[in-house]
Amino acid sequence: MLNDPKNYKENVKAYQPKLPYVTNCLNAFWVGGSICLIGQVIQTFYMNIFHFSKQTAGNPTVATLILISALMTGFGIYDKIAKFAGAGTIVPVTGFANSITSSALEHKSEGIVLGIATNLFQLAGEVIVFGVVSAAVLGIVRLFIEQVF
Amino acid sequence: MIFLYAFLVGGAICVVGQLLIDVFKLTPAHVVASFVVIGAFLDVFGIYDRLIDFAGAGATVPITSFGHSLLHGAMSEGHEHGYLGIAMGIFKLTSSGITSAILFGFLVALFFKPKG
Repeated sequence: MLNDPKNYKENVKAYQPKLPYVTNCLNAFWVGGSICLIGQVIQTFYMNIFHFSKQTAGNPTVATLILISALMTGFGIYDKIAKFAGAGTIVPVTGFANSITSSALEHKSEGIVLGIATNLFQLAGEVIVFGVVSAAVLGIVRLFIEQVF
Repeated sequence: MIFLYAFLVGGAICVVGQLLIDVFKLTPAHVVASFVVIGAFLDVFGIYDRLIDFAGAGATVPITSFGHSLLHGAMSEGHEHGYLGIAMGIFKLTSSGITSAILFGFLVALFFKPKG
């Protein structure tokens, strides 16, 4: 039965390890929540010390988190957290910085220009491509609707 | 109170991502790409702005806010300069995030040794 190539995907299912859905979600929740909590502490700091407004304080906060996450990637700490936190480390903007830094580090041996600089956006490029394409399309549609009505 | 909301909302967005990976078998790259697109969609009617008011960093730190600020910047320039403004303003709000990611990513790669 197992050698039946037609139903391979169905047959092999019984032998795959069960995913710990609840544990994964809990880890993603508290790690992701903590990263946002740290972000909120930084944001409150910027709002109180440098008098940013609630809307503009997001920018320096994100930049600070990116710096922290790039450094943690350099020290190899971020990847250790990512191993058990899953989406908790991928979804926050720190995961974006982690993918940029780690792909650059990985190709460091190929040189600064061909290694680091060309591979910087190897993994993170999709974020920018999909973001710009969707924002441009939605922006044009919205502007069109607003001008017509 | 904003600290609690930031933790809860940020954590909840990450759980949605984890469920997409575990249950719907998406790769992390697909999850991040769809979150950016969803964030851009939620800028319509100012839904995401309300979430930022409510949860602060819980809404600005997840990658969904990247899509939101791309469209937000595009629209603010678009209202002033028409369709050309969309191209002019798209990176207006996200410029600091992308600049710091490139700068710090490059510097860290330059000075650190690869681990693992």
